[in-house]
Amino acid sequence: MSELSVKHLLGIKYLNKKDIQLIFETADHFKEVINRSIKKVPSLRDITIANIFFENSTRTKLSFELAEKRLSADVINFSAGQSSVKKGETLIDTVNNILSMKVDMVVMRHPNPGAGIFLSKHVKAAIVNAGDGAHEHPTQALLDSYSIRERLGDVGGKNVVIVGDILHSRVALSNIFALKLQGANVKVCGPKTLLPKYIESLGVGVETDLRKALNWCDVANMLRIQNERLDISYFPTTREYTQQFGVNKAMLDGLDKEIVIMHPGPINRGVEITSDVADSKQSIILNQVENGVAIRMAVIYLLASKIK
Amino acid sequence: MIYYMSQKVLLSSKEINIILHRLACQLLENHLDFSNTVLIGIQPRGIFLAERLTKILKEEYGVKHIDLGFLDITFYRDDFRRGDKTLEANKTKIDFLVEDKNVVFVDDVLYTGRSIRAALTAIQSFGRPAEIELLTLIDRRFSRHLPIQPNYRGRQVDAINDEKVKVMWKENDGEDVIYLINT
Repeated sequence: MSELSVKHLLGIKYLNKKDIQLIFETADHFKEVINRSIKKVPSLRDITIANIFFENSTRTKLSFELAEKRLSADVINFSAGQSSVKKGETLIDTVNNILSMKVDMVVMRHPNPGAGIFLSKHVKAAIVNAGDGAHEHPTQALLDSYSIRERLGDVGGKNVVIVGDILHSRVALSNIFALKLQGANVKVCGPKTLLPKYIESLGVGVETDLRKALNWCDVANMLRIQNERLDISYFPTTREYTQQFGVNKAMLDGLDKEIVIMHPGPINRGVEITSDVADSKQSIILNQVENGVAIRMAVIYLLASKIK
Repeated sequence: MIYYMSQKVLLSSKEINIILHRLACQLLENHLDFSNTVLIGIQPRGIFLAERLTKILKEEYGVKHIDLGFLDITFYRDDFRRGDKTLEANKTKIDFLVEDKNVVFVDDVLYTGRSIRAALTAIQSFGRPAEIELLTLIDRRFSRHLPIQPNYRGRQVDAINDEKVKVMWKENDGEDVIYLINT
């Protein structure tokens, strides 16, 4: 009988290959559940989960909340905007206050890298990292790999290129860890200013020519240009970025094989990818969103079963 | 098997075969052509029995078509977080509607009745059956935690709590045999 090797999901870095396999197999069952006419199971009816978001999010927050509700957990939501955080309360105090209301699990997004790890050392609850600064976004990487597995049968041995702002992207880092763990070949592609200096040490290739990267890959994961994180100018203009690193339909049609296009959302249509690419048959962007709920159900179910 | 203190054969392959034919006939008597009846094997061990009964009904009693589904009850169990282990799910495969159908749950051993309680909840996700019956190969009498009884039973057994009934199937375990194991 298998179970997760961890008590918290803080990052892909802390998982092993078997954990990922177990999460995927469990997600398969939940995917069947969420396609029934009654999409809910009673497993977690004695679990309370707090979604604590210190940073804006639409899709991740909705996806987590839906996953929790489909498992029959009780859910409370907390956004930093309307809270005592603004009055100067510390993170540990905020979370401990919430936990004294008998909460079993905390799903947290925070702008500081390592916030989840810090919290897991100081509070008694299972922690799920829903994004910590530019560090990790483990559930996104899991649903990305799960979507590749669904479309191509397996992740191992596939060539995956991650395009865009690698420097500020937690999605990129978690994806690199997850893909490497499953035996995929990974390259990153983007303007030199947005590629971390020692990225090769993670075992990934670096490509600055998008065309070459697309010709090499089976899957292209197009990251969003996160203007809110770009404190200085990393490239001259958005138009120039698009000319060099944007994917359009003509480019895809010019390749000698049909590659899979992914995007973690939200899309800047016409910047990273054009509309006809985002809506094409090759794009699995909406499958990623659907799979996100199944993956998060699996993660929460598996972690909750370790709460004693 | 070396760590078991003792085990005895409860039913041999020949006896199992006779019982399966009797159960098939009893089902036939109540459901005739199975046009409004579906068999649901309860995962993980009930599916072998359900498949075997379907095979007998089709091949030996000329039933043309039987809807056979597999239901996994893991997410409906009432012992989540109560044991040491994570409860691992199995595949649910029900590709027909159970609305207004006569549903027959098929499981190998009926013990506390808790699995069937979970199955009764789980099946609701697939519609509102006209009625639900229960078929079980081994009915462990006197060990029920819930008021659940089978409509069709292969063999009734008085096993005490630290005894275990193990049903083996040819397609999965190499031979048809049922052991009573003393742990």
